[in-house]
Amino acid sequence: MIRRLLQCVGEYKKPAILTPILMLGESIIECIMPFVIANLINDIKAGCDITTIVKRGVILFALACLSLAFGGAAGYTASKASAGFAKNLRRKVFAKVQEFSFENIDKFSSASLVTRMTTDIMHVQMSFMMVIRTAIRSPLMLIFSVIMSVIMAGSLAWTFVVIIPVLTFALILIGKKAMPAFRAVFKKYDKLNESIEENVMAMRTVKGFVREEYEKQKFGTASENICRDFTKAERIVAWNNPVMQLCLYFNMIFVMLLGSNLVINSQGTVVDVGQLSAMLTYGVQVLMSLMMFSMIYVMMTLSVESMRRIDEVLCEESALKNPENPIYEVKTGDVEFNNVSFKYSREAEKFALEGINLKINSGETVGIIGGTGSSKSTLIQLISRLYDTTVGSVKIGGIDVREYDIESLRDAVSVVLQKNVLFSGTIKDNLRWGNKEATDEEMIEACRLAQAHDFISSFPDGYDTMIEQGGTNVSGGQKQRLCIARALLKKPKVLILDDSTSAVDTKTDALIRRGFAEYIPETTKIIIAQRIASVEDADKIIVMDNGKIMNIGTHDELLANSDIYREVYEQQTRGGSDDE
Amino acid sequence: MMNKAQNMKKPRLGKDQIKSLGRVIKLLLGYYPVLVPLTAICIVFSSFVSAIPALFQQNIIASIEKWYPTGDWDSAVKEILPLILILIVLYVLSIASMIVYTQLMAYITQGFLSKLRCTLFDKMQDLPIKYFDTHRHGDIMSHYTNDIDTLRQLVSGTIPAVLRSGSIIIVLLGVMIYYCGWLTLLVLLGVILMLIVSKNVGAGSAKYFIQQQKSMGKVEGYIQEMMNGQKVVKVFNHEDEAQIEFDKLNDALFEHGFRANAFANILGPIINNIGNLLYVLTAFVGGVLMLLNVPNISLSGKALEISIVIPFLNMTKQFTGNFNTVSQQVNTLVMALAGANRVFALMDEEPEADEGYVTLVNAEIDANGNVTETQKRTGKWAWKHPHKDGTLTYTLLTGDVRLTEVDFSYDGEKQVLTDVSVYAEPGQKVAFVGATGAGKTTITNLINRFYDIADGKIRYDGININKIKKADLRRSLGIVLQDTNLFTGSVIDNIRYGRLDATDEECKEAAKLSGADDFITRLPHGYNTMLTNNGSNLSQGQRQLIAIARAAVADPPVMILDEATSSIDTRTEAIVSRGMDKLMEGRTVFVIAHRLSTVMNSDVIMVLDHGKIIERGNHDKLIAEKGTYYQLYTGAFELE
Repeated sequence: MIRRLLQCVGEYKKPAILTPILMLGESIIECIMPFVIANLINDIKAGCDITTIVKRGVILFALACLSLAFGGAAGYTASKASAGFAKNLRRKVFAKVQEFSFENIDKFSSASLVTRMTTDIMHVQMSFMMVIRTAIRSPLMLIFSVIMSVIMAGSLAWTFVVIIPVLTFALILIGKKAMPAFRAVFKKYDKLNESIEENVMAMRTVKGFVREEYEKQKFGTASENICRDFTKAERIVAWNNPVMQLCLYFNMIFVMLLGSNLVINSQGTVVDVGQLSAMLTYGVQVLMSLMMFSMIYVMMTLSVESMRRIDEVLCEESALKNPENPIYEVKTGDVEFNNVSFKYSREAEKFALEGINLKINSGETVGIIGGTGSSKSTLIQLISRLYDTTVGSVKIGGIDVREYDIESLRDAVSVVLQKNVLFSGTIKDNLRWGNKEATDEEMIEACRLAQAHDFISSFPDGYDTMIEQGGTNVSGGQKQRLCIARALLKKPKVLILDDSTSAVDTKTDALIRRGFAEYIPETTKIIIAQRIASVEDADKIIVMDNGKIMNIGTHDELLANSDIYREVYEQQTRGGSDDE
Repeated sequence: MMNKAQNMKKPRLGKDQIKSLGRVIKLLLGYYPVLVPLTAICIVFSSFVSAIPALFQQNIIASIEKWYPTGDWDSAVKEILPLILILIVLYVLSIASMIVYTQLMAYITQGFLSKLRCTLFDKMQDLPIKYFDTHRHGDIMSHYTNDIDTLRQLVSGTIPAVLRSGSIIIVLLGVMIYYCGWLTLLVLLGVILMLIVSKNVGAGSAKYFIQQQKSMGKVEGYIQEMMNGQKVVKVFNHEDEAQIEFDKLNDALFEHGFRANAFANILGPIINNIGNLLYVLTAFVGGVLMLLNVPNISLSGKALEISIVIPFLNMTKQFTGNFNTVSQQVNTLVMALAGANRVFALMDEEPEADEGYVTLVNAEIDANGNVTETQKRTGKWAWKHPHKDGTLTYTLLTGDVRLTEVDFSYDGEKQVLTDVSVYAEPGQKVAFVGATGAGKTTITNLINRFYDIADGKIRYDGININKIKKADLRRSLGIVLQDTNLFTGSVIDNIRYGRLDATDEECKEAAKLSGADDFITRLPHGYNTMLTNNGSNLSQGQRQLIAIARAAVADPPVMILDEATSSIDTRTEAIVSRGMDKLMEGRTVFVIAHRLSTVMNSDVIMVLDHGKIIERGNHDKLIAEKGTYYQLYTGAFELE
């Protein structure tokens, strides 16, 4: 998984590799420094002349500048590499989602995809940066510090034999115990926040039922519960500092005691005072690098969850594939269903569609009526291959939809989805989704046909009116008409309206249908509707129930022999008839 | 995103911030009056102790200096050993107090956050609906997530760090002056240099971080829009265009993010190496001073010698290190206090006022027709009305609701309702019809007092509703809203939300009545099916059915149905409406519906337009009038 994600480093491989190398330079210098300083101290102590001291001072100054150069450069490359990594990763995930079929889209909620592309990738970016900056540096610092200590002070370096294993062991133990505790509690914490959100959204319900006290109690219990778990986890981590401090102190005492013995006994020949103080510095460096190590470990484990979630998207295989030698032209608008059955997922027990046989001729207008859950939408989504059939085949122009190039197929079959969306941008921008090269005349024509031209013209900015995200600044009926116009611009062979005029008044609805009949007679029109009025003048009406076609016929035929149709018809016209 | 944009102003430590810091500390002390001071004492103590060893180090090195030319360890050890023993004692004390305070910190931080969350949540429950209507949910949520998180940083990170580093700095400063004034001056100059550099680099970094935030917001917004419209993208073969647009935004984010982090990354080495240079400079200057025998200025009066320079060097490192810690905390502190300010703003919101004193009680009617109070659930209720003279009267609840000449405005400027009068007699079904924004929902908001009327009167069984306790008023009204909100939990728990002491049988009975039983029993786990995410695994229509069952189990005498069946298809609605009719039997019902078939059988239909009732009467009468209702009915008008 990590390797797959790391491929996204791509063109930022150079800074990514350069960073640890630069860090290496920085850590070498940082390890040499105490050595030089030790000599400086000895020089001062020995009382040698100013020039020697100045010389050493200059060396140290140069070293510091060099360290700054290395450190600064590493900081630059690290941020470039990690930001680039994040950019590529985000791009790849977004591109992957663009490949998704409807089936894949159904699987991920849009909110979760947003989190994956923002927060999760941010986490990964941060830990990536941390790793390339410190993963090499910390162990190197550790090794260098130990080596320098051995060179300088020999037996005093034994202190590391004690503190390194002790601290390592303690940090691993703390990490091992704390991590699962934290992961568990973070999940609970997310749930708690979800429940707050639920409460905020349902405030009218809460107040309506006078459940404020109940909600308080529920929340209080959950919050206390989480507090307990959090405290437990935090108390484990709280041992980090004392353990670290213990090692630091041990090092101090050890070096002081043994060091003074060594210095005095050897009369300063084996170890001298300057080296003694350098030893203390190395001790701190060793401990710091171990501490950094444990921090990386924590960061990594926390971001593993994010990585997993990103990887899940990247590994998702699109359920629909373009055929090898696709057909690019859809000749006619004939639609044919041969013994089609369909399930949304392989595991589903129930078929959403069963035994569908249907033939629609080019240019016909077909209405589909049925209750919620009767799979009307499912049926039409098979036509433009938004899903693939489980059993049987769907043909357009006499050719199986799976043999067409998907893009050509969807250009020829235009669907106005039930849950339709306008995007932020001008009305023109939105219309151009249907046809990138559409001229103003073509747009106006399409809008006239969809009965949208009048209200668009009434806006002060006309076709350049800005649509807000989600199309919130136009009414439901206006939005539906814009969506229809957008679909018309494709000049499709088959036009499908999935309950797309529900918020449009019946008069306008009728005008739209009349326009269709007049101006696009060759296009096959399939209309799903709740209102009988929207379909009663169709060439054919299909009555669906529970994933099956119950009846097919004209309005009059169905009134005569479909119980469901008659029932719906009577219910919608009841009351009105005795007045007219 | 907007919220982030507003918070992106450069943080500054102002008067308000100091005030809220005081309030945070006061809250902490309020929750843990003993533990918080104890922790603070432990922190200060442990940092003092960790700074003091520098003194002993100097003494030990002085001893070494004294004895090593002779190599007389036996004499030296007599001097050194007691010093080391004292050091060990100090270290043990330091670690002990450290263990105490780190453990206490873990306990206090989490306890504080939990208590704060609860206080906030409790407070939120008591806020009027107006608050939720005028604040975006995302913003309210961010108090619980972002703001509380910054407070966690403050309590567990910033405050202890500042306390710790601050006390170390003070001790070190004292020790440094004790040994050598010249070198101390040098260190202070170095620290000032650090401050200047970090301020300038920090400003550059802050600029890019703001830009990064902005482009992150743009990318997030774009992703959100595309993910929501992904199916439309597919239908229109718009994938490539979407990708191109995304790449543009994504590249901008990279550019800003890269620069912001680069600045932040470079700051570390800069500060670090200024520290290194300072270290070198101290050694150098110390050496020069010693060589030239410059008279020392110090509290101790000691002459400058190697046993002072060595510990001084370590102190230099410690000093700059701690100074950095403090200066780094300033930003977090300001951010945290801004978060604290927002939390406190919510806590200081005015709670929903309730001056009502008339309460709802279970009632019994004796043979003489007198109403008496009882503890039992009798299915009858009465308003218990205490009077000024100390007497009590009981009025049987019948569900007679009268609005007389009601005016209302949400913001005090735009009149939403004008001169609305509605008389609902017990058992009547009153319907409101009208375009979005005509004021239908507003009327129901006034009846259950989510909002208070500006002018006019609303009387419930003859009692002014302002006199009725809000909780009791609302308990007597069952509402089913257009936007159904279900809670995480089982289906049956969701139904039981209507009446917490309802038995399973009563819940199922209510579901049957509302027509929900049929689909619930077909769910994989029936009534025990878990709902999450506002019941996202159910269709909108199914969720509405559960909401109706929830209102049914509450069994209120008056019901408000606000587009309660809007997402149920007409055929299912026919089935539901049979149940609904049963449900509405003997109750006063207010119905708002956009589908006229839902309201046709009402006793009175009110047609609202721009906050005024323009037509009223039953279906036949309104059809006969051939007015707006007639036009709506025949489909000549668009309602949405």
